[in-house]
Amino acid sequence: MTVSVDIRHRQGDFDVEARFEGAGRLTALFGPSGSGKSTLINLFAGLIRPNEGRIEVDGKVLVDTKAGVYVPRHKRRIGMVFQDARLFPHMSVRSNLLYGRWFTPAAERYMEMDAIVDLLGIGALLDRKPSNLSGGEKQRVAIGRALLSSPRLLLMDEPLAALDEARKGEILPYIERLRDEMKIPIVYVSHSVAEVARLASDVVVLAQGRVAASGPVTEILQRLDLLPASERGEGGSLVETVVQRHDDAFSMSVLSSAAGEIHVPRIDIAIGQPVRLRIRARDVMIATERPKGLSALNVLAGRIDDIADGAGGEREVRIDCNGVSVLSRITEQSRQALALAPGLPVYAVVKTVSFDTVNAGVAAR
Amino acid sequence: MNWLLDLTPDEWTAVRLSIKVATVAMLASVPPGILIAYLLARGRFWGKSVLNGLVHLPLVLPPVVTGYLLLLAFGRRGPVGAFLAEHFGIVFSFRWTGAALACAVMGFPLMVRAIRLSIESVDRKLEAAAGTLGASPLWVFSTVTLPLILPGIIAGAILAFAKAMGEFGATITFVSNIPGETQTLPSAIYTFTQVPGGDEGALRLTLISIIISMLALIASEMMARRLGKRMDVE
Repeated sequence: MTVSVDIRHRQGDFDVEARFEGAGRLTALFGPSGSGKSTLINLFAGLIRPNEGRIEVDGKVLVDTKAGVYVPRHKRRIGMVFQDARLFPHMSVRSNLLYGRWFTPAAERYMEMDAIVDLLGIGALLDRKPSNLSGGEKQRVAIGRALLSSPRLLLMDEPLAALDEARKGEILPYIERLRDEMKIPIVYVSHSVAEVARLASDVVVLAQGRVAASGPVTEILQRLDLLPASERGEGGSLVETVVQRHDDAFSMSVLSSAAGEIHVPRIDIAIGQPVRLRIRARDVMIATERPKGLSALNVLAGRIDDIADGAGGEREVRIDCNGVSVLSRITEQSRQALALAPGLPVYAVVKTVSFDTVNAGVAAR
Repeated sequence: MNWLLDLTPDEWTAVRLSIKVATVAMLASVPPGILIAYLLARGRFWGKSVLNGLVHLPLVLPPVVTGYLLLLAFGRRGPVGAFLAEHFGIVFSFRWTGAALACAVMGFPLMVRAIRLSIESVDRKLEAAAGTLGASPLWVFSTVTLPLILPGIIAGAILAFAKAMGEFGATITFVSNIPGETQTLPSAIYTFTQVPGGDEGALRLTLISIIISMLALIASEMMARRLGKRMDVE
């Protein structure tokens, strides 16, 4: 399954010129508002017609302005989940869910109502009207509705942006299950590092209508310079771990990684499951010797890989902890005081409470 | 009460005819009403303001002028009337069908206005969502747009019905005032007021026309409320 895009589109005085290929389970289109990511996803769905270019999904050409090919939106079989759920107000939840199924030829239906209802936990809502649902419930129904049209590709346009933090936390696990259990590629638009880190396998970073970078999520999120200023504090490294044990007495969970054990607040993920952990660069302290009398529980031994200049005169220190790269953001004063330089053995120190639950999610397999 | 219901056969005929004319006028205008309203709300074409003007013309012209224009076009010797009579056997002049046509034309702007407003208030994002789910434009219209504008269509239809019940000027100019054929309630009331001793009949028919109009308005109100509840439009 591959997605390939090469388009130029001008809308008013804003123009988008993007070229990328994606082959991941969940490709995130990431960038600040106004970077063109919504325009791009609307081009995929057939809601906007590009001035020029070519879009191909899974070997099928959807748009090719040179060859005069333009598949109308209802023939693309691309599911879309909008930021504002857009459920049909005159239909019950059940009719909403079955709407797309009706237009899919029987031979091409591969999504089953029961399985989707189960996956999204919306069994109790079927006979309700959309106006009686909470924001999170609406969004789950909208995801189910898109899936039940048995699409070849699922587009999600900031599906969590209109929800508060609690609702986001409620939906994220469903999207993870979707990514891992359904054989459907997903393109996910977001401006939030937390969502991208937790969900994506690949990232396309957009800035001012251009592709600034693209690649696997673990590589891209370490490049703090690519992140929009408002999200820079959220940037850091992604560490692949496995749940080792839960410590209910202290409500903590212990994750094992190549870098060593990492203590995080209790997460609701089974022992043995892979977990992707995001360690924000601003949360990582550096010690030149193993600290004593310190409250922080996570002390990872490593060696400085390199030191780069960050925004505002700060330094981004990359520490190699037994093959796991951990990023730390410190001031130049601290760097000089500790005489940090590449090759120096150091300890990366992270407080357990600096991980919030959105930082840890079931890793994409 | 007995006095009210004690209508002469001629008066009953006028009541029945009025209801028939208004019902046919209303039903026949719904499909073209939706089409024109859709064009005016969504269309982008040359001559849109001309179409808009034409539709609204009966609202501002003296009814007598509309009736006379209908007579010129749909009369026996009028271009449209002669064509329809020759090829389809449809005759309007001096028939109840002509009264229905006059009423439909007079009520059309009211109906188009109501439907157009409801089409303009439909969230087009819902239609886009239906498209991504595989619905062709025609399916989008019939499964999303049409149900959402139903209250507007009903409101427009009731307005057109009420207008048809009261239409007088264009009808009498176009199809005259023939008892049993084209003499609707207003024409019958008018006739009563023109003859000595007709006061009682005029009053009876006036009350009846008030009752019918009130019932129509109440029915529309109830239907709009039921639909509103069913749809739970936020």
